[in-house]
Amino acid sequence: MTQHQVLEYDVIVIGAGGAGLRAAIEAATKGASVGLICKSLLGKAHTVMAEGGVAAALANVDDRDSWKVHFADTMRGGHYLNAWRMAELHAKEAPERVRELEGWGALMDRTPDGLINQRNFGGHAYPRLAHVGDRTGLEMIRTLQDHGIHEGIDVHMEVTVSKLLMDGGRCAGALAYDRELGRFKVFKAKAVVMATGGIGRAFLVTSNSWEYTGDGHALAYQAGAELVDMEFVQFHPTGMVWPPSVRGILVTEGVRGEGGILKNSEGRRFMFDDIPPLYKESTADTPEEGWRYVIGDREARRPPELLTRDHVARKIVKEVQEGRGSPHGGAFLDIAWIQEHIKDSEDHIKKKLPSMYHQFKELAGIDITKEPMEVGPTTHYAMGGIRVDPDSQMSTTVPGLFAAGECAAGLHGANRLGGNSLSDLLVFGKRAGGYAAEFSAENTPVHLQDEQIDLAVHEALSPLERDPGADVGPYRLQYELQQLMQDKAGIAREEGGLAEALDELQQLKTRAQAMGVGGSREYNPGWHTVLDLQNLLTVAEAVVMASDARKESRGAHSRLDYLDKDPEWGTVNLVLKKGHDGEMELRREGISEIPKELRKIIEEQG
Amino acid sequence: MKTATFKVWQGNSDGGELETYEVEVDQGYVVLDAIHRIQAEQANDLAVRWNCKAGKCGSCSAEVNGSPKLMCMTRVDELPADKPITVEPMRTFPVVKDLVTDVSWNYEVKASIKRFSPKTADHEDGSWSMDQYDVERPQEFRKCIECFLCQDVCHVLRDHQLHDRFAGPRHYVYVANMEMNPIDTGDRVAELREELGIGYCNITKCCTKVCPEGITITDNAIIPLKERVVDQSYDPLARLIKLVKGTGD
Ligand SMILES: Cc1cc2nc3c(=O)[nH]c(=O)nc-3n(C[C@H](O)[C@H](O)[C@H](O)COP(=O)(O)OP(=O)(O)OC[C@H]3O[C@@H](n4cnc5c(N)ncnc54)[C@H](O)[C@@H]3O)c2cc1C
Ligand code: SF4
Ligand code: SF4
Ligand code: FES
Repeated sequence: MTQHQVLEYDVIVIGAGGAGLRAAIEAATKGASVGLICKSLLGKAHTVMAEGGVAAALANVDDRDSWKVHFADTMRGGHYLNAWRMAELHAKEAPERVRELEGWGALMDRTPDGLINQRNFGGHAYPRLAHVGDRTGLEMIRTLQDHGIHEGIDVHMEVTVSKLLMDGGRCAGALAYDRELGRFKVFKAKAVVMATGGIGRAFLVTSNSWEYTGDGHALAYQAGAELVDMEFVQFHPTGMVWPPSVRGILVTEGVRGEGGILKNSEGRRFMFDDIPPLYKESTADTPEEGWRYVIGDREARRPPELLTRDHVARKIVKEVQEGRGSPHGGAFLDIAWIQEHIKDSEDHIKKKLPSMYHQFKELAGIDITKEPMEVGPTTHYAMGGIRVDPDSQMSTTVPGLFAAGECAAGLHGANRLGGNSLSDLLVFGKRAGGYAAEFSAENTPVHLQDEQIDLAVHEALSPLERDPGADVGPYRLQYELQQLMQDKAGIAREEGGLAEALDELQQLKTRAQAMGVGGSREYNPGWHTVLDLQNLLTVAEAVVMASDARKESRGAHSRLDYLDKDPEWGTVNLVLKKGHDGEMELRREGISEIPKELRKIIEEQG
Repeated sequence: MKTATFKVWQGNSDGGELETYEVEVDQGYVVLDAIHRIQAEQANDLAVRWNCKAGKCGSCSAEVNGSPKLMCMTRVDELPADKPITVEPMRTFPVVKDLVTDVSWNYEVKASIKRFSPKTADHEDGSWSMDQYDVERPQEFRKCIECFLCQDVCHVLRDHQLHDRFAGPRHYVYVANMEMNPIDTGDRVAELREELGIGYCNITKCCTKVCPEGITITDNAIIPLKERVVDQSYDPLARLIKLVKGTGD
């Protein structure tokens, strides 16, 4: 038998971003004993990086807003592939989830009446994003953290889960190791909430950190959970492109929300050039009308820079491909121009977008109050993830396993609207935590077999036992994977490339399985990277398989060989599951029918 | 491509030393890029914390050429080119391995501080009205990314190691954020004076100088808190007023 510590809880939550923290708080409130596990220190999860805001139809700035409009916007943004029930719950519950944060110490920016202020964002009909300058994620995670530490939750920081443990078909806990010394811990739990975030590290240019290796997606898949919508990877239109060391770092959509415009090398505002039919009615005809929208004129329609992310990203790529890009292969994003309209624009920009100002000043030597930024698409968000029941967030196939936040799927369909992730974390984090606590109260304790644990420990240790000399090392191998995904499964995909990618992934898998690393078990990032690689390869395979299968372009998924939307694909989700032979299996599944009342809302909102 | 010489502290709680690396540096490189390059090419097991690489998470704190910095926001081309760049772990906290230190003490201190407790909501939907003007003061403190660089530089911790009776600048910022929150009713003044040991701070302002978020820790957080402590200690009336105010309106 291997050496390990055993810890027992009613509920464990894997991941301490917004979703995990919210789930842990809820489960604890419901009386469950809760263990919260995270790869990094508490408060450092990805959620901390979110900038622009959290979407909720508070109607503080525009009283025409309501859950119905938010629901319809989310569905339209997702090209109607969303799990409609999740979109409904999300739109209805987000306002309360956001308000509740202020009771826990959050301080959002205010309207003149002293209410929570809201800003414009792509795809949202009205100003809807509650925010704090451009550091909304920090406000949210710190609030949840500072509240959570008083709720009797045990936090296990810098502990990485390497495998889910099962009791028959039921999820019964997890095996994890601590980064500090590489000691193993067995978490035994009656319910497990997965809240591990995204998969951005599968691509070369990304706004995501080292943590985003799709662990939750892969571990759940290995345990028998279904993944859905994996072909939909959001490429955010505005990442930094220069200098090379900052390539991919996010430039918040808030810049465009505050009036930033996109221009090509000829100085043309190319976003006016072709506006998708779905949004023709709601988009401004002239720059003048667009500006009026930015400053809150209710009669004006939104500027085309605030169209959905999939569209804006494609338009930038097109400008670059046709030779009208910026010097380093992007487009110009200009917020300085608002000086034409606002007298103290310099102060205004610094106040509304302080961290963008800082980021460009420090990292690129650019003063955004005076010069345009260079921006281009960056891998940002996974719409796809663990398939769950919309109400309880329990996996469709693994009882006792719940998922919330970016690692769960359904809410966003083919494309996520900005701001809808932070609200997703709150709404479904709470739901997952609550239902997990209920599940644990209603179900018998679990039993874990030693052989299962021994095997998992052995798997995790094997890279340290192999010879490190043989291959390029874990970081280079990860780099090869990222390059492959960037080139062949990125923002523009086609049959040939995807088929090659699938082959090459198999080779990378073989190499990763044979990879050895030097050093000891003590805080050894090389070792951790090899383990992460296994997960990254699993999610990469899922992305490639689903992208290959969806023979159309829709939302974030663009096929060069199928340029248009195909109505037949408009009602189909792609579901992936591990087959009996261990191979990944893909199937199409029709979307469940939208109830009449909700359909009516969609129609009424145009 | 240019190269630069880095001397990176490597070791663990038993001791360690500066290892020298020659690193190619691309345009715009920050110190964290160089560390990553060393990790990828020369020392796979080099331990370092980071997450956002954009100065937002406060993970990558270290001492670069002897000063407390975020590695991801420190440009290599802004450091003197004629000598090696040293990168060492924060000195105030015990080393775990290489550039990673044990900062868990900070989490314990925070958990010991009296939590936020709001007055009853102003509106039926559970929300409060607050003026932007009133919110801005505590918002400055809420910019804190918990990098603990201020803790690292403060002599009370760094040189005198008074971790058991001094909470450090980060936590005064944390307390100030709650004390100045327009809807908070908690009173943490006695705690500040006793357990949190604010009296040990002699206003050297070193913490303010290193804060990557530009929080005016000393002038805006510590001094007003010290004033409250003085007021309350010598003025029972002030304390009473605060108590009454705290429960009401
Ligand atoms: C730069 C940037 C800006 C953004 N801005 C916005 C915005 O303005 N509005 C918006 O709505 N959305 C925004 N997003 C998206 C949003 O921030 C994320 O989707 C969201 O924060 C994800 O939250 P989460 O709780 O699902 O996961 P995260 O916050 O990423 O947390 C994941 C947690 O899981 C842990 N974990 C992962 N794997 C393991 C493992 N194997 N074992 C143990 N723990 C593990 C991690 O340590 C971490 O604690 C932005 C994203 C980025 C990158
Ligand atoms: S001002 Fe006070 S808290 Fe800040 S470094 Fe000096 S002694 Fe420490
Ligand atoms: S106050 Fe400033 S220096 Fe101190 S932890 Fe916070 S951000 Fe870092
Ligand atoms: S990596 Fe986040 S602050 Fe440096």
